[in-house]
Formats: sequence, structure tokens, C-alpha cells
Amino acid sequence: MRPLDLDYMLGLVPVILGYVPLTLFMAAVAMVCALVLASLLAVERVIRVPGLDWLVMLFISFFRGTPLLVQLFLFYYGLPQVLSFLAQINGVTAAIMGLTLHFSAYMAEAIRAAITGVDRSQWEAAQSIGMTQGQMMRRIVLPQAGRIAAPTLVNYFIDMIKGTSLAFTLGVTEMMGATQKEASGSFLYFEAFLVVAILYWIIVETLNQGQKRLEIYLNKAYAR
Amino acid sequence: MILVRGLTKRFGQTTVLDGIDLEIADGERVVVIGPSGTGKSTLLRCLNFLDRPDAGTISVGDVTVDAARATRRQILALRRATSFVFQNYALFANKTAKQNIMEALVTVRGRPSEEAARQALDVLAETGLADKADSYPAALSGGQQQRVGIGRAMAIGADLMLFDEPTSALDPEWVGEVLDLMRRVAEQRQTMLIVTHEMQFAREIADRVLFMDGGRIVEAGPPRDVLDAPRDERLKRFLRRVT
Repeated sequence: MRPLDLDYMLGLVPVILGYVPLTLFMAAVAMVCALVLASLLAVERVIRVPGLDWLVMLFISFFRGTPLLVQLFLFYYGLPQVLSFLAQINGVTAAIMGLTLHFSAYMAEAIRAAITGVDRSQWEAAQSIGMTQGQMMRRIVLPQAGRIAAPTLVNYFIDMIKGTSLAFTLGVTEMMGATQKEASGSFLYFEAFLVVAILYWIIVETLNQGQKRLEIYLNKAYAR
Repeated sequence: MILVRGLTKRFGQTTVLDGIDLEIADGERVVVIGPSGTGKSTLLRCLNFLDRPDAGTISVGDVTVDAARATRRQILALRRATSFVFQNYALFANKTAKQNIMEALVTVRGRPSEEAARQALDVLAETGLADKADSYPAALSGGQQQRVGIGRAMAIGADLMLFDEPTSALDPEWVGEVLDLMRRVAEQRQTMLIVTHEMQFAREIADRVLFMDGGRIVEAGPPRDVLDAPRDERLKRFLRRVT
């Protein structure tokens, strides 16, 4: 076994760190979009709009039933061949779109379960004062469902951050793409991928700390 | 003036409300009594469309709804003309006591939020909970939660306040404070329809007592008639059991 080239690893850290913002940007934008989309999908699944229900189920089924990598290739390499207005789509946009659609399908199921977990009396109280269905969902049900779903949603966010590494297959130079380039220059694959693995790990662990704080914040209203 | 005609509700094969006719004058306080499972709560829930009646008409103030043809807009109008106090309080768990009261004023009635906040604090003061304005429901006792629940229903200024067994879920120690608050609401000549098992309370505040059995109003009249000189056999049996 050869010794690790520690100097090379230390030198690589700032290089890869330079791509952390792009990784986080893709994950954050996709997360926000996925949350909005998943909430809409989940609300539809709960109230079951006639004529829309089967479409939503099909959407969820497809994006949960096929690999993220396949979806990304479909969007980036495939779709522009059929839809010409997508010809100019860049890798970052395609990755964000793919992550959004893929994770919104998973998150919709988590949010749907959380919505049904909100006590029935909360719905009735909202109805009793004359709220519209939309007001009830936005102001009473979804905030409470959000608290129930928060741990699961943070998990998906973590998955999403790691999922951004697939963007390198669309030619995006993010953390993984940058590492790949560095490694193929130095041939020190083990060192390079070890560094990027540790950096992902640190990001995820930081988020886990954030999750604990988020839960304390969300539980504020429910403390006895 | 509240006018109910032929209100009918079925759950599957069971007829829970069997063509209820009911008139309530403005400022009248009506108490509904009867064995459990006879449709008392369903009557209240149908008046608020929490349960959708199968037939009948409901008029509250200037809102008239035909159950069989009720539109979404009519249902909202009816709900805004009535307010509901729940057995299990049903305070919004994600809102403070003050926000619970403001919610109906701001979101539903479109009042400016400073004005609504002032009104909410006034109502909380009236319910004796001024110091709990920023507490969340989970931090309040059952009695306090129900007083906020009544405050929320008061603030709306509804034509008709519906109380669905408001003290049944409470520990005995909190029942008194909730009944006291309801007495104060009654003194303001608020139109009230109350389902309760508190016979002494009914005697004190009711202008009229309705006895329901089998989805119908079997006997109705002032408390001294219905409670002290019952005619119907079922009512006699019921009163012997509860008093």
C-alpha cells in the first residue's frame, strides 16, 4: 500500500471548495421548487380534483419509478431533440429541473401523509370560521403538516445535495465534476475522491445540526 | 332570526336528522338536550355545514341555503354568519391565543391586522386571558383553551353561536370557568344554540330547551316546562338518568 499524498489532498480542498456554492445553489433552488410543487401535488392527492388526480398519480409514479440519472439524461440529451425550445438548455438548468421533478414526487407523498396526520379538528375549525379551502390549506393545515414532514423533508434535501453530483454527467463542473477533472490530471484518484467525499460529508453533517435547530423552532408552538 | 325547515341528514342507512324544523328568535338562547346518538351534535354541525345535510333549508340572518343545492359560496356565507365552539376546543395548534382569534377577522373578514389585534386583545380580556395572548394552545389548560375557543367564536360577531358540548371534554375543575364565560355571552343576548348535559346551566340561561330523540325534536319549551314538568315518556326517562 502506498502512503496517501496528504499535501495533494490539502491543496485540493480549496479548489473543490470553490465549487461548493454551485452545488448548494443547485440543491437550494431545486429544493424550493420541489417544495412548492410537492405541496401542490400533495394537496391535490388529498382533496382529489376530478380529472387531475390520475395525472398527478402518473407524475408521481413515473418520477419515483425511474432512476434520477435516467431522468437527467432524458431532460438534457433527449428532450431538446423533440422540443426545440429546449435546445439552449444548459446543464445547470437541466439538473435543477430534474432534481425538482424527481424529488417533488417523493416529497409529495411525505407531505400527503403529513397532511392526513393533521388532526381533523383543525380542518373543521378552519371551515367553521368560513375559510376557503385554499386559506385552510395555506394557513392551518400545511404549516402543521410541514412540522410533521420536516425531518423527512430534510432527509430529501440531503439526498438532493448528494444528487447534484450527477450533474457532472451533464457537463456541469460542480464539486464532483471539478474533482473528476483534478483526478484525471494527477491520477491520484483515491486522494481526490476521498477529499470530495469528506467535503460532502461535512456539508451533510452541518445540515443535520441545522435540522435539530429547525425541529426545536418548529416545536416551539407545541411545547407544554 | 334563524329558520330551519325539514333539515335531514343520513349516514348510510341511518337517518340521524329526520326533518328538523326550528325557529330561533334574535337574542334567544336555546339549549338542546337528549341521549347521545340522537343527532344533537349533527344538528349543530349541519347548521355550519361541517356535515352536509341531505335536505332542508337553513336561513341565518340574510343567508338562506337549500341543502340539496348549496353552492360553495352559500356555504361560506352561512359559515360566516355562524360560529362554532367545539367539544375538543379545536384551537389552531400553530397559532397563539391572540392569533387564533385574529385569524377569522383578518383572513376571513379582511380586517386590517392592527385593528384585529386590538379586538383580539379586547376579547381575551373579556375571557380573562389577557396575559395568555402570546401562549400557544399546547401551553394552556383545557379550560383556558375552551375560553379562547369561545373568544374566537365571539369575535366573529356571528348571528348565531353554536356550542357543541363545550364542557364535556373538560376536567371537572375547569367546567365552572367555561360556564361562567358562556353566561356572560348569554347576558349580551347573543343568539346561542347549545348542546350540553349541564342541566343546571340550561335551567339558568335557556329561554327554551329542546329535547331531541331519534333525530327529531320531541319536546320544546321553557326550562321550567321541559325540565321540571316533562310530558314525553322518553324525556322523563332521560331526565331521571341525568339528574
